[in-house]
Amino acid sequence: MPVIPASEAKSEYDVIIVGSGAGGGQMAYTLTLAGVKCLMLEAGRDYDPVAETPMFHTGAQAPLGGTSTPEKPFGFHDATIDGGWEVPGEPYTQANEDPNDQFMWWRARMLGGRTNHWGRISLRNGPYDFKPKSRDGLGFDWPVTYDEIDPYYTKVERLIGVYGTNEGLENTPDSPDGVLQPPPKGRIGDLLSQKAGKKIGVPIVPIHRAVLTKPQDADTLPGLLHPDNEDAQKYVADSMRSRAACFWATACGRGCSIRANYQSTTVHLPPALATGNLDIIPDAHAREVIVNDEGKATGVLFIDKNTGKEERVKGKTVVLAASSGETVRILLNSKSNQFPEGLANRSGLVGKYIMDTVGSDLRGQIPALENLPPHNDDGAGGSHFYAPWWLYGDQKAGKMDFARGYHIEIGGTRSMPRGTSPVPGQYLKGLYGTKLKEEARRYYGSFIGFACRGEMIPNEGSFAELDPEVKDKWGIPVVKWHWEWSDHELNMSEHAQRTFEELIDAMGGTPMGGGGKSGRDTILNGGKVIHEVGGAIMGDDAEKSVCNRWNQTWDVPNLFLCDGSPFPSNADKNPTETIMALAWRCADHLIEESRKGNL
Amino acid sequence: MESNMEDHNSPTSSRLPRRQVLQWFAAAAPVAATGLPALSPARTAPALGTKGYGTDPDLIKEYNPGDVWPLTFTDDQRKTVTALSDIVLPADEYGPAASTVRVHDYLDEWVSAPYPNQQRDRKVFMPGLEKFEAWVKENHSAPFAELSAEQQTAVCEAIATGKEKSLSAFFDKFVMLACGAYYSTMEGWKAIGYVGNIASVTFDGPPPEVLEKVGVEQTVEN
Repeated sequence: MPVIPASEAKSEYDVIIVGSGAGGGQMAYTLTLAGVKCLMLEAGRDYDPVAETPMFHTGAQAPLGGTSTPEKPFGFHDATIDGGWEVPGEPYTQANEDPNDQFMWWRARMLGGRTNHWGRISLRNGPYDFKPKSRDGLGFDWPVTYDEIDPYYTKVERLIGVYGTNEGLENTPDSPDGVLQPPPKGRIGDLLSQKAGKKIGVPIVPIHRAVLTKPQDADTLPGLLHPDNEDAQKYVADSMRSRAACFWATACGRGCSIRANYQSTTVHLPPALATGNLDIIPDAHAREVIVNDEGKATGVLFIDKNTGKEERVKGKTVVLAASSGETVRILLNSKSNQFPEGLANRSGLVGKYIMDTVGSDLRGQIPALENLPPHNDDGAGGSHFYAPWWLYGDQKAGKMDFARGYHIEIGGTRSMPRGTSPVPGQYLKGLYGTKLKEEARRYYGSFIGFACRGEMIPNEGSFAELDPEVKDKWGIPVVKWHWEWSDHELNMSEHAQRTFEELIDAMGGTPMGGGGKSGRDTILNGGKVIHEVGGAIMGDDAEKSVCNRWNQTWDVPNLFLCDGSPFPSNADKNPTETIMALAWRCADHLIEESRKGNL
Repeated sequence: MESNMEDHNSPTSSRLPRRQVLQWFAAAAPVAATGLPALSPARTAPALGTKGYGTDPDLIKEYNPGDVWPLTFTDDQRKTVTALSDIVLPADEYGPAASTVRVHDYLDEWVSAPYPNQQRDRKVFMPGLEKFEAWVKENHSAPFAELSAEQQTAVCEAIATGKEKSLSAFFDKFVMLACGAYYSTMEGWKAIGYVGNIASVTFDGPPPEVLEKVGVEQTVEN
């Protein structure tokens, strides 16, 4: 395994990549297959999803039935290790004391980062999503169009494997024929929601997720992905052949030892490692990017967490793909005579315009789902159906009190019980004995959850900076978060609540907790959806953005940002697929520029 | 605790491609390697301290109550909790009694855990348990575990129907935690109607009788 200790780093690499998640994984994949020698630095430990994923483990086999704790916030068997909203020894601070105006920062300290446990929801941004300001005057346009990114979405979908359908809905792009894998069947809650959606005008259709529902076509896809590169085709074909299709059990959040879903550690890194062009140093906590007198990046300074010592590695090009917050931290800590305000920060915009996704959830109890014959509802280990945003027309006509859209994610109804009662106490009050078991059986499966996942518009009050006083356990200044929602987000949350109540009503059910709550009361805290983007936005003007259209920083031509930090907007579409598409495109550009000697 | 883990790893169809079979067995290997011992009686394993399991616990290992943090119940409390759990979740046509799947051990683990939610529950559970035991002794002149089944049921009936209000918070908490424990077991899955955690070649969606009962049609054709 080319996972190496810091002491075994080569004297120089072509590219140093900080971070091993969706962006870092994609960069390593594209670059190493093209023959570029890369070093990846990961702040967490090495992680082997084949050996470490608790497939089929039951709640009863875990402490506390596997229920969530602060040390395992998504449950004991969730893939995340050494991660969560708190990481020991690595604090962050808040500018505001009110919890509603705080940002909860999720970090995963492990090879593959957040991709090991993510929801696998893989949506393309639509054409509107790249030009939001042109549509409604708010926020920023991207310097790229949908048509420019479209081919890279297709590449990513072919590589990682995405199930779903082409529905031809507004600003919800279809993929080319034959690219998507077959969608899984609707589960009972999906189908009932779909029927209710029809009554109230909400289109509910199969969602797109990075899960193989059939084996990948390893004979054809590698040639489509890497047409002029036979070595790359071979490595990719081998990797595809070693992935199995979903066996319809075990939640994706645990990771997948049969590699049926996408995580960086099962899809991006195996072919990259197979090339022999990738070294990975785990437990490497990046402190700053090193620059020379000409203002070019020459390497990265990091703390080896095993020894506590500072280490330096050299690279001709540096890629930061550490997550918005970490990338901002590294840039702002990279101070030098040439860059006294931090690296790539001549615009003063590093850290500005951090966005998360607007989250707002509601559950309903549905009598029609009571006492159903027991049946397998596990499905693909995550969502099967969703409602893409459907009111573009009303927004354009000025009928809505918020400017951007949200989609609705639908949960399963008969999932594996895990540690806590599968039926809330209000339905079992005063019961014991066989009557208790009968009522538990009656209500189990009758609860359905709807989740709003919506677009937040970047604002001046949501940003990250360095805390002037607080340092982490290695003495590195930490990130301080500023957060505020605008009325657009609060009104969206309120609209979502009313929509969910209508859906639940159309299903003959009752909202849990009574419904009727305001946007402010229901919007999830910033960071809670873990879609942190922005902080180093891309644009066409060096004075108004940090990166250009190639994820390349304006100030340092051989420094690229390949996580969510260059996003100038955060469409309701989950960011991961766009991070990968931009990274792939960036890698192609990097190779081209490097050949031309422009870096 | 019985385990049908081996069933889970068996191909469910002879049409299964060999490659997939091998991959499935590879997936199951770490599970098989741990063995699947029945949940042992409490306090068999040495406690490691009052800290939690940390942010990087072994996810493949099978844990028993007492493995990670020390347990709380005295022998008498354990007897009371065991007996009460069997009245709350008795053996019947849905499944075995709570004690058969060691719900009492799970409750002990829960109230002994160092995390905030569990510490909050402990503040309701432990004083409630003491009050419960005292109330039973006062009214029946014997510990709960030594009462007849009829007497035990009468005690629960009095609390559940609100006749003994001072114990209802404890009783509600007990029932919810016991359900959390019971339904996390494979026996509990059967009792509540959870079907799954089984490798399959296809996912067929809800069966026809379910679609018919709910009044919907399958809309994904492939």
